[in-house]
Amino acid sequence: MSDHSHDHPTFNHAAPLPLLFIVFGSLIFLTIATVVTSNIELGEFGFIVAMVIATMKAFLVCAFFMHMWWDKSLNILVFFSSLIFVSLFVGMTLLDTGSNMESVDAFPTTEDSSLSTTEY
Amino acid sequence: MAVADTTDQHDHDHDHHDHEPFIAHHFDGPEQQYDSGKLGIWLFLVTEILFFSGLFVAYILYRSHHPDIFQLAHHHLDKVLGCLNTIVLLFSSLTMALAVRSAQKGKNKNCELYILVTMVCATIFLGVKAVEYSHKWDLGIFPKSFFNYSEGHHATGFLGLSPYLIKLSVIPTLLLIGFAGTSIFGKLTDKPVMGKFFLGMAITVGGYFAGVFGGVVYQNAIGSGHQQHASVSHQPMMLHAAMLDDEGHDHAQGDDGHDHANGEEHSEEGHTGEEHAEGEHADGEHADGEHAEGELAAGGHHGEPEHSMPKSVGAFFSIYYCMTGLHAIHIIGGVVALAWIYYRSQQGHWREDYFGPVDYVGLYWHLVDLIWIYLFPLLYLID
Repeated sequence: MSDHSHDHPTFNHAAPLPLLFIVFGSLIFLTIATVVTSNIELGEFGFIVAMVIATMKAFLVCAFFMHMWWDKSLNILVFFSSLIFVSLFVGMTLLDTGSNMESVDAFPTTEDSSLSTTEY
Repeated sequence: MAVADTTDQHDHDHDHHDHEPFIAHHFDGPEQQYDSGKLGIWLFLVTEILFFSGLFVAYILYRSHHPDIFQLAHHHLDKVLGCLNTIVLLFSSLTMALAVRSAQKGKNKNCELYILVTMVCATIFLGVKAVEYSHKWDLGIFPKSFFNYSEGHHATGFLGLSPYLIKLSVIPTLLLIGFAGTSIFGKLTDKPVMGKFFLGMAITVGGYFAGVFGGVVYQNAIGSGHQQHASVSHQPMMLHAAMLDDEGHDHAQGDDGHDHANGEEHSEEGHTGEEHAEGEHADGEHADGEHAEGELAAGGHHGEPEHSMPKSVGAFFSIYYCMTGLHAIHIIGGVVALAWIYYRSQQGHWREDYFGPVDYVGLYWHLVDLIWIYLFPLLYLID
């Protein structure tokens, strides 16, 4: 037990120093890249480019700054399960969002008389 | 077998009490304690992601229904300040990763320094954010129900600073005085622990003022062109016209003289135009995307085309303030957690088999950075 303080315990995995600086450099590069691409007219495509760059940055931060690259698979599973629920949340909401538009459109015209008397 | 196991356990426990001061008695050893804590912090991060995802859904829905409002509104967010803040946060993530690395190697002094740099970066971020917020509030850019945009609304307080910025800085000023005072008190009364810790806290709060200073210098540098115009339109006559006439990015293109002339000529028309726009707005309140688009177009027709800023644009800023505000609260929480790590580094608690708290706070800090990585392009870089 006492020799633990002398050599590395197995759970202690320090990230290599050069790797941390390379990751930081690429994060800065990607930040500048996303600002530059936002100034170029890309139309609908621009949003996708911005999100792809943001996801690349997120990957770098997660994998190396957050040690996920060397982490236990249980922790990675827990993290990615949250992404599954977020995508369910976003996806289900987006599926539903357009479906009630007709009744919303109809609302002011059908109830016009009652609306004009009550102040909103 | 079971008996043998328990006695073995007991021996271990004895060992921990002698050599491992921070291993809780219900853990087998440092590895199990570390792994449990790490799973716990990951679960916490999952709840944080789900928490923020509600706001992201609000953003996605609103943007998909009203892309025009986002186009109009994002010109009021400064890309340079946003980019600067992104780099500050990324740098703080680097120093956090370095702090974790030092703790893993048992280098408490290095860890202490890196944590201090991380905290200072966090408060620089908050300082720049305070400049951004107060600048918007000066222009009347509030969440939707308080939205009251007017370019000429520059009230200035002490040293020409925004009154809102001064109000925002009251708490950091008090904290700075308190921390510096406590540190000096600790030094004078021979309490080195107190003196050292609160010196670090005072430096941390000082980062806020560095951020504010940088932000104000930057805004004065780019705003010198705008300032001339703003000083003229202080006259109340012009305010209503300015409300319909002006939009930050158009100023840069159009020459100022022309704008003034417009303002004076149309000041009365401005009144009627404004009422009209508000009347329409009441309809637009419960309207869908098409209605709101119609409203935007109509606003353009009645006032000066492309210059108006209907109240519905405030909806973007409601989302903006919620997302960045919640993020800022997380930054403040992170600084408090980092202060605890800073204190324990000064105490020399970290060793090769005990560095969990640094790692956990680091994970939280990286998550806050991660959320900003998405917020920055979503809010600042719409085009």
